[in-house]
Amino acid sequence: MSALATALAPVHQQYLVEARQMQALSFVAHIPLVAFGISFPAMVLFVEWLYLRTGDPLYGTLARRWTRVVVALFAVGVITGTLLSFEMGLLWPNFTARFGSVFGLGFAIEGFSFFMEAIFIGIYVYGWDRLSPRAHLASGIPIIITGFTGSWMVISVNAWMNHPGGFQLRAGKVVDVHPLNALFGNSYLWHELVHMYIAGYIVSGFVVAAMYAFGRLRGRWGRYERTALAIPLTIAALAAPVQVLIGDWAARDVATTQPVKLAAIEGLAKTTRGAPEHLLGWYTEGQVKYGIEIPHALSLLAFHSWNAKVQGLDVVPPAQRPPVNIVRIAFQTMVGIGTLLALLGLGFLFVRIRRKRLPESAWFYRAVVLAGPLAVVALIAGWVTTEVGRQPWVVYRVMPTADAVTGASGIPVGYATLAVVYVLLACGVAWVLRRLSRAPLDIAPDQQGV
Amino acid sequence: MLKALPLVFCLAGLALYTVLAGADFGAGFWQLVAGRGSYAERVREQAHRSMAPVWEANHVWLIFVLTVFWTAYPTVFGSIFSTLSVPLFIAAVGIILRGAAYALRSGTQKPLELRSIDMLFSIASLLTPFALGACAGAIASERVPAGNAVGDMFSSWLNPTSILVGVLAVATSAYLAAVYLAADAARLGDPELERAFRARALGSGLITGAIALGGLAVLHSDAHSLYHQLVAGDALSTLIASILAGSATLALVFARRFEPARYSAALAVSAIVAGWALARWPTLLPGLTVQQAAAPHDTLVTLVVAVLAGGAILFPSLALLFRLALTGRFDHAQAGPTRGAGRVLSASIPRLRSRVAVACLIAGVGLLNVAEAGWAHALGVASLFGFIVIGFLALVPGTLSREEALTRPEPDEPRGST
Repeated sequence: MSALATALAPVHQQYLVEARQMQALSFVAHIPLVAFGISFPAMVLFVEWLYLRTGDPLYGTLARRWTRVVVALFAVGVITGTLLSFEMGLLWPNFTARFGSVFGLGFAIEGFSFFMEAIFIGIYVYGWDRLSPRAHLASGIPIIITGFTGSWMVISVNAWMNHPGGFQLRAGKVVDVHPLNALFGNSYLWHELVHMYIAGYIVSGFVVAAMYAFGRLRGRWGRYERTALAIPLTIAALAAPVQVLIGDWAARDVATTQPVKLAAIEGLAKTTRGAPEHLLGWYTEGQVKYGIEIPHALSLLAFHSWNAKVQGLDVVPPAQRPPVNIVRIAFQTMVGIGTLLALLGLGFLFVRIRRKRLPESAWFYRAVVLAGPLAVVALIAGWVTTEVGRQPWVVYRVMPTADAVTGASGIPVGYATLAVVYVLLACGVAWVLRRLSRAPLDIAPDQQGV
Repeated sequence: MLKALPLVFCLAGLALYTVLAGADFGAGFWQLVAGRGSYAERVREQAHRSMAPVWEANHVWLIFVLTVFWTAYPTVFGSIFSTLSVPLFIAAVGIILRGAAYALRSGTQKPLELRSIDMLFSIASLLTPFALGACAGAIASERVPAGNAVGDMFSSWLNPTSILVGVLAVATSAYLAAVYLAADAARLGDPELERAFRARALGSGLITGAIALGGLAVLHSDAHSLYHQLVAGDALSTLIASILAGSATLALVFARRFEPARYSAALAVSAIVAGWALARWPTLLPGLTVQQAAAPHDTLVTLVVAVLAGGAILFPSLALLFRLALTGRFDHAQAGPTRGAGRVLSASIPRLRSRVAVACLIAGVGLLNVAEAGWAHALGVASLFGFIVIGFLALVPGTLSREEALTRPEPDEPRGST
């Protein structure tokens, strides 16, 4: 019995892949909402601040309309996040049973954060006409803080899964547990946190700007739309190039902490000095085919040294390697899109500073329309890189994912049900956002009378 | 003591979830049975309006319970969630649909859209408390053994005790909601709705009491040790407390004293949760006691500190929200911008800010991308954040003000606001 008290026994699960896909689906639905949750309220608050400062009713209108979007997206974030907490037990009971005492605290604090966020979103939304303007503005600040602390806690758990510490494993039992050390004494946490936080601003910045850029191409281009475009686009344009710098830092951390993940990212089969990097291509039979080789680039990027030794996939047996092509393609997607977004951002900044105006070319706005969805794709691709790159481990080099899975049958049924529910949910969210963008307060001439 | 403390937090959270989210689920129940016509629309509207500002906060109690529970009693969490995967998944889907209904309702324009979304909401509002109640029944009747999916996938929660508790959960939710909605209608000065919900509260209260007492017979045959504890053991006091509080609520509702009725109704439900815990103490699952299942000492200490500190921030904030939602306002609203407003945004890019922003960028690259030390990286990240924030403040006001100057003659001022 005392052995049971520490861990459940691993079982064979026929539908492990489906369980992982179901988890991935749940994250794909939730992560973009998180990106909005951590960044969009700050933009709303900035607009409200402009309103208080200038007294211009346009800003008041804009802040109120954006608030409705915050509310709708937060509600969907609450429920998709709840499902994730259920899945900790529904899909991975052995993982939670064995290590809940190590990482669980992060989620407990995140729960409080989430709670505070829900409370203050309630106050902020309900308080538009019930609080004094200053009190109302102040009631929005906890939303920004808790959005940050919440993502910090969740990422500290993820960083722990990638770089576990703060406990000892003796005869299959978790002993000598120090949760604070496990969660916050982890060098791997910081680049992940900063990378994700900035990604949140890039995603919501480009997505919101894309909506108004699309409107501009359709001829909706009043002062209201220009304001609503300039604010998110300026943030995204500044954040996107910075993300490239943060990404460099993240890559160097991965190179030292998770060399096998780096090897999968780059398709590096053998440990190599002065390793090259391949753009595009397909990994097969121990090499990247049809790719563009850049000599020494990997050593240079990963270790800032021309001839640094980069470990290849051969440092671990084949069973302990992640699926190379998924990780590689996801990584290249993220980096490729990230680079394009950074260039778009720099282009915007150039026009803004040199010509002292917003860009006027229709091509620029077409690019912004594309940048919105692409930023979401890059966000998901980044998470695929880090999570699939961690495989076959759920706790890196400590617990295989196959040992964590539930013994319950019926995973395919749950997966199919969830897929249907989430497709309907996505349609519903698209529908409600469209309604919110059209129904009230519209100032574009062609929308009158709707 | 330390090993039991997180369990106390979880039970308190569970009682709060039952009471607060229960009322929220019950609101869905009354929407479902409201029928058709303009009067039914008013019932539905009232049910929605009372819950919309607080549902997310009410709902997060469940997240609180889950996270504290898996940190403090990880094995028990894993065992429960693997054996009871079916009802828990149903509950999760119900929660998703309910939340989706809240999110979508704001976009509805036509009565048909509103009705279909309210229908979705109502069905999910029945599904979730029933499924969660069935899980509670499964644990209480010792049908969840320790281990990965060791219990039966269906009979663990489709059995007399589980069905009883599931139905009781739905009935309790309806009862709590009716009391809350009657109180809200009284506060808003709507005597017609107040009468409607008062009648519903009295009816559902009597039915809930009857199910609870009749359920003892089910427990007698299906979960005898639980029955024995409830009628003869430590849990008897909670059973009596629940009966007394439940009767008091009925009397208070009958006398139109809705505010105190809210609290006595909550007390009646909390007593049931406490009774369940006392009846099973000190085992959590068959053969697994609180002592055996608890996480290591350090984890428990940190968790307890985190919960207490979190509570110290949480409860004042929650009080603020409820005060605002219940009293309508807590400050003299004065629409419009503050005094001293009317400042004009500068059209030019401020030189100082741009120079500081560029300096931050250069420092950030040097510290983060060239230097190797951890402290340098921290400073580098701070510099890059500085670049984004200061750069934003340098660029944005000028953009807006310039556009303002360009478009002032155009008659496209926004009209009004919601």
